[in-house]
Amino acid sequence: MGIIEAKKLIFEYIRRDEEGNVEGITRAVDEVDLDIKQGDFVAVLGHNGSGKSTLAKHLNAILYPTEGTVWVDGKDTMDEEYLWDIRQTAGMVFQNPDNQIIGQVVEEDVGFGPENMGVPTKEIWERVEESLKAVGMYKYRKHSPNKLSGGQKQRVSIAGVIAMHPKCIILDEPTAMLDPNGRKEVIRAVRALNHAEGITVVLITHYMEEIIHADKAIVMDKGHIAMQGTPREIFSKVEKLKELRLDVPQVTLLAYELKKSGVNLPDGILTCEELIEALRL
Amino acid sequence: MLRDITLGQYYQADSVIHRLDPRVKLSATVLFIISLFIVDNFIGYIIAAVFLACMVKISGVPFRFMVKGMKSIVFLLLIAVVFNLFLTPGEAVVTVWKLTVTKEGIRIAVMMAVRLVFLIIGSSLMTLTTTPNNLTDGMEKLMAPLKIFRVPVHEVAMMMSIALRFIPILLEETDKIMKAQIARGADFESGSLIKKAKGMIPLLVPLFISAFRRANDLAMAMEARCYRGGEHRTKMKPLVYQKRDRLGYLVMFIYLAACIYFGRIFRIQEFIR
Repeated sequence: MGIIEAKKLIFEYIRRDEEGNVEGITRAVDEVDLDIKQGDFVAVLGHNGSGKSTLAKHLNAILYPTEGTVWVDGKDTMDEEYLWDIRQTAGMVFQNPDNQIIGQVVEEDVGFGPENMGVPTKEIWERVEESLKAVGMYKYRKHSPNKLSGGQKQRVSIAGVIAMHPKCIILDEPTAMLDPNGRKEVIRAVRALNHAEGITVVLITHYMEEIIHADKAIVMDKGHIAMQGTPREIFSKVEKLKELRLDVPQVTLLAYELKKSGVNLPDGILTCEELIEALRL
Repeated sequence: MLRDITLGQYYQADSVIHRLDPRVKLSATVLFIISLFIVDNFIGYIIAAVFLACMVKISGVPFRFMVKGMKSIVFLLLIAVVFNLFLTPGEAVVTVWKLTVTKEGIRIAVMMAVRLVFLIIGSSLMTLTTTPNNLTDGMEKLMAPLKIFRVPVHEVAMMMSIALRFIPILLEETDKIMKAQIARGADFESGSLIKKAKGMIPLLVPLFISAFRRANDLAMAMEARCYRGGEHRTKMKPLVYQKRDRLGYLVMFIYLAACIYFGRIFRIQEFIR
């Protein structure tokens, strides 16, 4: 059994009018099956309203399934007894960096999670130091979060989650509010964690270039899983991606167009280097 | 620019007073205020003045910062002085029209003025040397016994520190909304007071909506990081009394004892006799 597993997960939002009568039911997640292994880097893609954020919130028991089950490290998220274990095992980073930093000093914010878990003071300091170093923010530990850039704030948020020693981090569009440099910074930090510490990463995003390095990509549409496989497999189906209103990285698109007009190229080219290599042959 | 504002009126310096435990400073301030109301003779005020002057000197905060706090009470001070001066019955000194200045009036007015001025200087000394964060921590610790009466001490302290963290963010947001509304033709400057107040509506409504959204996000982020109130919680920076803090308490109690003895029990008349 993987670190995160979901079976026939269904989640419905119930819309009510002012008197509280049910106006309509929206199925945000519809019969999703997941199996994520320890150490994997999984990317979840989809355009707005595809249910990817709702799915993410199920993975650390912020939302509970309407039907079906989610297991985190073998524990059912519906089981109240394990609630705090689950939230500690699967840490979560949200979209808006300003709205998830609690401390007034960087190091205090990183210490917030361990404080809540009841970790002894001395160990909190050790954890804060090691997690700030892991995301390359150690020299900013005494700064006020208000003075950091968006990318730096997100790295602090990631450090705050790592300090809880999770087995898995779920990042819910962590780069959506950042500029291109901030995006690169954050993705680099996340990849480093995945490689060096073996932390399982679930990255929710709608930027295609961010999933290139993932082990596995899941494309969601209208609450369903529309496609899944390695990034290469996903990107080789350009037509289908366009149908799902997703942007394909420019290089992949170029290779696809070249191939369509008769150039002999393999499917699913992801980087410039690969394309150059393939064109040379 | 707005991101750089410092909250409260903390003055960055490296002094013993800055390093003192916030609990010591909080209780010292309360004791100092009490001492001002205990003393009722000249010697008592001299002791208080000397004590305060020493503390200000040690703190390394320039005196003009203390005076800044005074501006807000000038009016109150004036009222207190004038009323006491003219409305205290007793031996007349000067009579102007129907108003009589009495000897007792002068005495009480001067005492009142000195008390208020000392009170403001004493409490601004605390806020100038303690970061808001430290202050909240100190309050949480000092108020902890109130938990028996079901006062949500931890929660209040947490709310205060979150509010402090979000003030600069919301200020920046206010600025942004203001510019956006001005670009749409909103007028925040001209007109009568009522018109100006009405003009604030297009500013306040979006600001409130965004504040609620932020609150919602923050609550979710806190829960995701296992926040569940004050129980089972450990502290990254726990308040631990050091030697200097015990010394601080000692100094404070010596001062208070001196105030009670010289300011109340000990009489100048007896001394002269």
